[in-house]
Amino acid sequence: MPRPRYSIFSLARNALAYHQNWTEAWRSPAPKPHYKVIIVGAGGHGLSTAYYLAKEHGITDVAVLDKGWLGGGNVARNTTIVRSDYLFGESIALYDKSLSMWHDLSRELNFNTMFSPRGIVKLIHNRDGQREAERRFNALRLAGVDSEMLTPLQVKRLAPMVDISPGAAHPVLGATLQRRGGIARHDAVAWGYARAADALGVDMIQHCEVTGFRIEGGRVKGVETVQGFIGADAVALVPAGHVGVLAAKAGFRLPIESVTMQAMVSEPVKPCLDTVVMSPIPFSLSQSDKGEFVFGMSTEPYNSYSQRGTLPHIEEISANAVSVLPGLSRLRMLRKWGGVLDVSRDVSPIMGRTPVEGMYVNCGWGTGGFKSIPGSGWAFSHMIAQDRPHDLMLPFGLDRFAAGALIDEHAASGSFEAFK
Amino acid sequence: MLLIECPFCGPRAEVEFRCSGEGHIARPETPENISDEAWADYVYMRTNPKGLHFERWMHQHGCRRWFCVARDTVTHKIRAIYKLGEAKPALDEPKTEGEGA
Repeated sequence: MPRPRYSIFSLARNALAYHQNWTEAWRSPAPKPHYKVIIVGAGGHGLSTAYYLAKEHGITDVAVLDKGWLGGGNVARNTTIVRSDYLFGESIALYDKSLSMWHDLSRELNFNTMFSPRGIVKLIHNRDGQREAERRFNALRLAGVDSEMLTPLQVKRLAPMVDISPGAAHPVLGATLQRRGGIARHDAVAWGYARAADALGVDMIQHCEVTGFRIEGGRVKGVETVQGFIGADAVALVPAGHVGVLAAKAGFRLPIESVTMQAMVSEPVKPCLDTVVMSPIPFSLSQSDKGEFVFGMSTEPYNSYSQRGTLPHIEEISANAVSVLPGLSRLRMLRKWGGVLDVSRDVSPIMGRTPVEGMYVNCGWGTGGFKSIPGSGWAFSHMIAQDRPHDLMLPFGLDRFAAGALIDEHAASGSFEAFK
Repeated sequence: MLLIECPFCGPRAEVEFRCSGEGHIARPETPENISDEAWADYVYMRTNPKGLHFERWMHQHGCRRWFCVARDTVTHKIRAIYKLGEAKPALDEPKTEGEGA
């Protein structure tokens, strides 16, 4: 069904009508008795999977179910950093496909995702860090992906707030820079994909918790929900932190543990940092368009589904950030929040088949979920449509754990604490 | 912050401890005779429950001894603390309605 395009003209027209005539961005239909594909989880990855299923593979008989509201989980709870500076070839290929797609996403979706490629500066504080950074820099350049090594003076030029004096508690020895990386508007990505998928005929069904699966002879026949049974030829699990809960209902386990990651945001101040600064000590930092400083942290130390983190962690991250950017010391914090991360044992995603026939899983994105939304959905839709993994996701199957072919991205992922 | 009752030192703050994940995972007796899948199940697969979780903890900045904790992964409420080698205590599964996607 055609939707009016968003443009400067539609904005002007609606402004003149006192914004009374905007139409809904997507429908809220009752579920049909049967769909070709059911996607569980209306977050970034679920919605992008639905969009590319419809657009690239012509499969529009698709429903996206969510326990809560659309885009209310981790896609609304991250620090919006988009980058592809990973270490191993498999990861670089997947994340860089995604990063490339981000650059054209607003036009593709006719929805302003406010993607701002302002560069990712990853600081180096010691010689081990220097070796890790150089190794990653070389891996990226060999893969043809942009990365630069910076001297402390070049860091100072890009981010004058960073203290590069040799006597600092965490002296800055340099940094890596990925200029194509940046930040985006978190909600816009979910809403943009939802609106574009809806226009192609995909049903968004909110407040429809999946309570179980109907499995006959090892093959999935549909899902039991709070709104009744819905039949399906294929079921794709994309519920992020709650994937273990759904896997248990389907009768299998995953190499995943759910932990909290926190973020917090300061009061708005005048623009003074126009790049993303990350440090392995750890903390990450960017300044939003509204002027707030957005602080990212590392994962919390124990399993949790609580969506809130611990205070000692906030204290630690604040101290880390102030020691490297002393100018932040008098900032007041406005709010903090947490999300439930599905962290796999090698901190790389799990995409592919499950032990149940007709059921696919896309999970384990952990600390890398937001940046990978376009690429993940694009590759995963290929798997569902053709029952064959796309080359990009082939190394990320669940079978890699028995094979021992792990893709250990602890250093590059942002989950700075080696997980257990 | 959690107040954790170390079975050896008494109540201490959460920051003194390290959580080491799911407990009661028995190492296969004869690893050389089991399949790769069974070994991967032992090494990597986890139950990851929403609700009651049986874990191993260590008093890292104290006596550095290991013990077991039964904890709710939604409310973080500690239900029981017991020593390594003891059986899982019989506890009711909590009601965990609420947040989450």
